[in-house]
Amino acid sequence: MSLPPARPDPGPARASRARWHPLEVLFWLAALACYFVLPSKHLILTEIAILALFALSLDLILGYAGIVSLGHAAFFGFGAYVAGLLAKHQLASEPLAALLLAGLAALLLGFLTSFLVLRGSDLTRIMVTLGVALVLREIANRYAWLTGGADGLQGVSIEPLLGLFRFDMFGRTAHAYTLAVLFVLFLLARRIAHSPFGLSLQAIKGNQLRATAVGIAVNARLISIYSIAAFYAGVAGALLTQTTAFASLDVFSFERSADLLLVLIIGGTGYLYGGLIGALIFKLMQDYLSALTPQYWPFWIGLVLVVIVLVGRDRFSHWTRPLHRLADRLDWRAGQARRATVSERH
Amino acid sequence: MVLALETIGLDKHFGGIVAANGIALKVEKGARHALIGPNGAGKTTLINLLTGLLQPTSGRILLGGRDITAVRPHRRVKLGLARTFQINQLFSDLTPFETVGLAVCERQGLGRNAWGVFGSRPELVAEVGQLLDRFGLGEVGDQRTGSLPYGKQRLLEIALAIASRPSVLLLDEPAAGVPEDERHAILAIVAALPTDVTVLLIEHDMDLVFKFATRISVLVNGALFVEGTPAQIARDVRVREVYLGETAHA
Amino acid sequence: MLTILFDGIAYGMLLFVLACGLAVTLGLMNFVNLAHGAFAMAGGYATVILVNNWGVPFFAALPLAFLVAALLGLVLERSLYVHVYRKSHLDQVLFTIGLVFMSVAAVDYVMGSSQVFVRLPPWLQGQFNVLGVGVGRYRLLIILVCGVLTVALQLVLSRTRFGSRLRAAVDDARVARGLGIRVDSVFAITFAVGSGLAGLGGALGTEIVGLDPTFPLKFMIYFLIVVTVGGTSSITGPFLASLLLGIGDVAGKYYVPTLGAFVIYTIMIAVLIVRPQGLFSRGGVR
Repeated sequence: MSLPPARPDPGPARASRARWHPLEVLFWLAALACYFVLPSKHLILTEIAILALFALSLDLILGYAGIVSLGHAAFFGFGAYVAGLLAKHQLASEPLAALLLAGLAALLLGFLTSFLVLRGSDLTRIMVTLGVALVLREIANRYAWLTGGADGLQGVSIEPLLGLFRFDMFGRTAHAYTLAVLFVLFLLARRIAHSPFGLSLQAIKGNQLRATAVGIAVNARLISIYSIAAFYAGVAGALLTQTTAFASLDVFSFERSADLLLVLIIGGTGYLYGGLIGALIFKLMQDYLSALTPQYWPFWIGLVLVVIVLVGRDRFSHWTRPLHRLADRLDWRAGQARRATVSERH
Repeated sequence: MVLALETIGLDKHFGGIVAANGIALKVEKGARHALIGPNGAGKTTLINLLTGLLQPTSGRILLGGRDITAVRPHRRVKLGLARTFQINQLFSDLTPFETVGLAVCERQGLGRNAWGVFGSRPELVAEVGQLLDRFGLGEVGDQRTGSLPYGKQRLLEIALAIASRPSVLLLDEPAAGVPEDERHAILAIVAALPTDVTVLLIEHDMDLVFKFATRISVLVNGALFVEGTPAQIARDVRVREVYLGETAHA
Repeated sequence: MLTILFDGIAYGMLLFVLACGLAVTLGLMNFVNLAHGAFAMAGGYATVILVNNWGVPFFAALPLAFLVAALLGLVLERSLYVHVYRKSHLDQVLFTIGLVFMSVAAVDYVMGSSQVFVRLPPWLQGQFNVLGVGVGRYRLLIILVCGVLTVALQLVLSRTRFGSRLRAAVDDARVARGLGIRVDSVFAITFAVGSGLAGLGGALGTEIVGLDPTFPLKFMIYFLIVVTVGGTSSITGPFLASLLLGIGDVAGKYYVPTLGAFVIYTIMIAVLIVRPQGLFSRGGVR
């Protein structure tokens, strides 16, 4: 009787993806290093971290669950204003507590609006999410006695973090705070992505009909991830308010939702780091372009979008191919080609 | 004796079209029950009604004596009713290991677990490995489903349904579209299904039907036309008429 | 109250002329053109330049606005849009958003960011008094022009050969091609006409809703609402939807000022929940 074919057991290989790869460690060490090595850049690095968190939240629903949203800024803005109001009216003076509350508020909003994105085609989802974001902006605009309207929320002062660390004008506290929050939430997202729940999301994204036929309660899963993503976005918005002591209507703006999509396209969806990398590139690009043409930089953003689509998003993402190949070798990418293993067995 | 699957007066109307007409299907436990009929007879509609993708206009569905007419589709799977699709419905970007593993997780109620790492539990890995091996998919367990040849995908389709450990398995034309040289693998799998699983099979391939089935129901224009053992059906003149048209008299 | 109704109808018909091109494009090519407002803006600014700077009479400027926008539409369609037809809805959305950003910034650069106004001929200003109801002259003009256009559109669709080719192509492009219908030309012409109508709408609307470089962004949602609520499989659907929205918006802003703008957003969301394919359409949104 011949020996059973020697093949690597798929289970442990699959589970090993959840272990940290050296490159990941490198990434976070580099992020930490920036804090110490680039002291003059605290402000922009904080902005990048906030945008990264926001993009991560969209990746959870777009890259993993396949929900196309053009109004994700709704949750970002909601969290921003809640945090601002909590600080302004001294309802939750410790920033972390306010952060958590703002996130939970956004989670609630996400939960309440989640049923809108359960049904319908991509087009319906696009329009409904856009509509929700616009409604919120309109509400914030109308109730100016609460939100400051078009002038923005004034008089927000943020207490020292944990009672110890004052938010200084160089942005040191803000930077460390934002980076820490990003990291913690990233860890959480990473566990979700590697869990059975995360896998079921990918299944729903791939074939919703089949997912139901396997016993997955599709709607419940989508509502869950949508609410979680709203939480993340709300936290990102709250961070913005807390680090700038200001909140204005543009946290709800369409441009913000559109820029976010661009961030994810630049970085790639479905492997969690896409939002982070995309945020870095986008912010650097925005910084550079606004220095060139302060008023008209949206033109260049628009041009980038047009070119990316014309070239083809997948062909465009070839620049990230070395990264993707690396991720593939870790068997780490959600929804991408796996390596063929047959040839290695003979 | 409690029937594994039963429908009572099952009706489905789409506007003026009657897709299902008072169907009273009785499937016994452990049976190998085949459902045949000309194209457009309503076989897939019946499967969709049974699994809950369609809501009946009237009538009831009983699974193991339990009324599941109002039960949502994904919950029916949990109660033991699984199906395969006539055209493969798989997750092209997932691997067979992930696909089957997901079904097993869901079956065990661990699908909502957002903290544990998928693939870290040895029992799960073992069960999935065994299932894949049984279906001849052991070698390709780590490949992207979309890149597999059609025959292997078809086997995965069936493996996926089995992974839910159903008490009743609905097979919708399992050999459909499979090239000639790979059909035998499918047929062998179907024949080797455990005897405690009740199988309702839709098929056009009469060889498969007569080789496999212990009981045959003929569906015509949405209604159960005639029912019996394979021998009875083979002899029945009316069945031939239905398939060949009214010319049987000539 | 009748004035409100009258204003609402005028606004609604304006919306219809603006949005019908989008409805047809979406229904015909399954293409989400969020940049539709840019063509309206082009027509609006063309009229402003023609009338204010070059002294062209208002009525002569209107057809010119149509032509400018139509030409722009044709050029862009043949050169850029055609490459994006087969891509996913997300890609189409991103592409057209990119075009919107570019057009908004470009117009801002060239024309400045403040709102512009058209110098209306004096006989178009003011109101008549009809049976005690104040009837704005300009709004009456809008209703007349848009009404004529709607009827003309309906006639073209139902009575001409082009119309039947268009309807066939909307129903099933593949079969239409199989019948020998040059679907690509139908697309191009339809897109151009739709853009032209948007331009005309933009020109007419300058006086009523104002015109500035952010027009495509501000009105994007309105067009989408018309198309969502009205569906894309007929002309009457968007027409009725536009009227509903026009009247709802004007009445809402008048009677319940704090909630005025919400009325239309809420209508849209409600409709999308209940009937994802639109209130008036026959089939489903593809």
